[in-house]
Amino acid sequence: MATTAALSRPAPRETTLAERILQDRNVLGILFMLPAAAFLFLFLTYPLGLGVYLGFTDTRIGRAGVWVGFENYESLWGDSVFWLSVFNTFLYTFVASILKFMLGLWLALLLNEHLPFKALIRAIVLLPWVVPTVLSAIAFWWIFDAQFSIVTWSLQKLGLVQGSINWLGDPQIARASVIAANVWRGIPFVAITLLAGLQTIPPSLHEAATLDGATSWQRFWHITLPMLSPIIAVVMTFSVLFTFTDFQLIYVLTRGGPLNATHLMATLSFQRAIPGGQLGEGAAIAVAMVPFLLGAIMFSYFGLQRRRWQQGGQD
Amino acid sequence: MAAVEIRDVRKSFGATPIIHGVSIDIRDGEFVILVGPSGCGKSTLLRMIAGLENVTGGEIRIADRVVNNMPPKERDIAMVFQNYALYPHMTVADNMAFSMKLRGAPQAEIETRVSKAAGILGLTQLLDRFPRQLSGGQRQRVAMGRAIVRDPQVFLFDEPLSNLDAKLRVAMRTEIKELHQRLKTTTVYVTHDQIEAMTMADKIVVMHDGIVEQMGSPLDLYDRPDNVFVAGFIGSPSMNFITGRVENGAFVTGDGIRLPLGGAPAAAEGRPVIYGLRPEHVSLDDNGVPVEVVVIEPTGSETQVVVKLGAQELVTVFRERIGVQPGAQIRISPNPALVHLFDEATGKRLVA
Ligand SMILES: Nc1ncnc2c1ncn2[C@@H]1O[C@H](COP(=O)(O)OP(=O)(O)O)[C@@H](O)[C@H]1O
Ligand SMILES: [Mg+2]
Repeated sequence: MATTAALSRPAPRETTLAERILQDRNVLGILFMLPAAAFLFLFLTYPLGLGVYLGFTDTRIGRAGVWVGFENYESLWGDSVFWLSVFNTFLYTFVASILKFMLGLWLALLLNEHLPFKALIRAIVLLPWVVPTVLSAIAFWWIFDAQFSIVTWSLQKLGLVQGSINWLGDPQIARASVIAANVWRGIPFVAITLLAGLQTIPPSLHEAATLDGATSWQRFWHITLPMLSPIIAVVMTFSVLFTFTDFQLIYVLTRGGPLNATHLMATLSFQRAIPGGQLGEGAAIAVAMVPFLLGAIMFSYFGLQRRRWQQGGQD
Repeated sequence: MAAVEIRDVRKSFGATPIIHGVSIDIRDGEFVILVGPSGCGKSTLLRMIAGLENVTGGEIRIADRVVNNMPPKERDIAMVFQNYALYPHMTVADNMAFSMKLRGAPQAEIETRVSKAAGILGLTQLLDRFPRQLSGGQRQRVAMGRAIVRDPQVFLFDEPLSNLDAKLRVAMRTEIKELHQRLKTTTVYVTHDQIEAMTMADKIVVMHDGIVEQMGSPLDLYDRPDNVFVAGFIGSPSMNFITGRVENGAFVTGDGIRLPLGGAPAAAEGRPVIYGLRPEHVSLDDNGVPVEVVVIEPTGSETQVVVKLGAQELVTVFRERIGVQPGAQIRISPNPALVHLFDEATGKRLVA
C-alpha cells in the first residue's frame, strides 16, 4: 500500500534556476509593473525632473545652458510681473473656486429635486465640461468681443448700458471675465459630483428631520451639508488644483493681458519659456507653483481624512 | 397623548390607487398594530398619519384636529423608521437632542430629557458614540430614544424590529410593550409579522391590498376571524382550509370524508364551504378519522405533525409526544366547537 501511494505521487522534477526566479512572487510583481513604471518615468518623472533641472540653468531655446543655481529664482524674487501673476493666480483660484462651489451646489440641489426632463437637463449641464476648452474659449472670445459682444448688445437693448464694454481690454473687467469663463466651465464637474453625493443621502434622514421639526433650510444645514462634506472636500481639492494650473482658457482669451492683469503663473511660465525663449526662467516659474500645489494637496489630505462619524463599525 | 381617527382614507400614487378607503379609530393611549402582507399599504397609511405622504381622500384627525394639510412638524408625532434613520454625523446624545435643539429648548432641559430617555432605554453608556459604532439593537434603541425625548402625542413605528435577529426581536418586543405601559402614549405600529401583532397589540388592524379586512383584539381575531384571509393570516402555524360541503349538519370533504361540526348554520346546508381548522385544535382520538403521517417535527414542548387526509395535507400540533414513523396511520379528531366555516364563494365567515 505504502509503496503504491509513493509511486502515484508525481516525481519531484528538477527546476532550473531561471524557472525558480520567474516563479518568485516579488520578481514576477516587478516584472509586471515594469511597463507601467517605464511609461510613468518617460511621461511623468522625466519631464518633471527635466523641468526642475532647467529651472536651475540659464537654458534658452537653441542654446544649452549652464548650471546657475538659484539665479532664476533670485531674479523672479525681484520681478514685479512674476508677483503680479502670483497674485492673479490666487485671486483667480480663490474667487473662481468659491463661485464654482456655491453655484455648483445650488445646481446640484436643484437637479436633486423632481424635475421634468431630469435626464435631459443633467446632460445639458455636463456640456460645458465636455466641450474642449479651446473651443469654448473661442466662443467666449466672441461673447467678450469689444464691439460685437452679445452681452453688451443685450445690456444695451435692456437699456442698462450706453456705450460698449471692453470686456477683455480693461484690467479689472478682464479679470472678472476670465473668472466668469472659468466658472462656467468648472460648474458641471462640481454640480454633477455633488449631485452624486446628494443621492447617497437616504431620504429617510430628511423625513426624520422633518418630523423632528426642521425647516428645509435647517435640513440643508444640519443634514445635507454635513453628510456631503467628505465629497465637498474631494471635489473642491480637484477644483482648486485645476483652477490653479489653468492655462488654456487664459491663453486663448487674453494671453495674459491687458497689462499682465490676467497673467497666471502657468501662462507667464509659458510666455517666458517659449515665445520669450527663456526656458530656464519659464521652468523656474513653473517650479514655483509646486509648493502651492503641495499645500493644496496637504490641505485635502487632512480634509479628506474620514470624519470621526464615518469610522468604526459596519452598516 | 391623543386619539387618532382615520375616516375613509384613500391614497393613489399617480393613477394607481393603493389604499381604498380605510377607517380606523384609535383611542387615546391605545397600542394599535397594522398588520398585513408586504405591499398592502401599511407604511403608506402610517406615512399619511405622519404627514410624509399627502392624503388623496378622506380625513385623518389627531386629537380632534383634522391634520390632512398640516405639516408634519405641527402634528406632534414621532416616528421610528425601519432603517432607524439615525443621523450618522451626530452622536447618540445629539441624535436624541436634535428635535429639542431645533425648537430652541434650554440646554438644561435638553440634558434632563436626554439622560432620562437614555436611562429608560439603557443607553447611558453610549451617549457619546456615533451610530456606526452601535449594534443593530442599540441603534434601534436610539431611534426609540429619539422618539421618547420628543414626548409626542403619538408614536409611529414602521417595522422597527425587522432588521434585528430573531432573539433580539423577541426581547425588544417585550421592551416596547413595557415602554408603552409606562408612557401610555398612543402608538400605531406597523409590522408584517402576525406574532408581533398578537403579542403586542391592544388592537390589531389586519390589512390586505389597501383595505381593512378586520379589526379587533388579538384574541378576537384568533377566535372569530371574519374571513378566510384573516383566518389564514392570524395564528401560527396557519389554519388548515378544506373545501367541501355541509350535509346533514356535518362537513363532507371533496374526498367524501366526514368531519364533525359544532352546529352548522342552517343556511350552510348543501352549500360549498371552506372548513377552517387550526393545527392546535386537533386531538388524537381512537374514534377519529384515520390519517397518514407525512412528516413529524418535534419541538420539545409540542409535536407538529403533517398528515394526509384523503388527498389533502393538514398541519396539526399536539401537546403530547408522538412516537410514530412517517407513513404510519393515526386517528385524529377536530374539536368541533373550535372549527370555523367560511362561504367558499365570498370567503366570509358563516355564523352559526
Ligand atoms: N412613492 C410611491 N410611489 C408609487 N408607489 C408606491 C410608493 N410608495 C409605495 N408604493 C406602492 O404602494 C404599495 C404599498 O406600499 P407600502 O405602503 O410600502 O406597503 P407595506 O408597507 O404594507 O409593505 C406598494 O404596492 C408600493 O409599490
Ligand atoms: Mg412597509
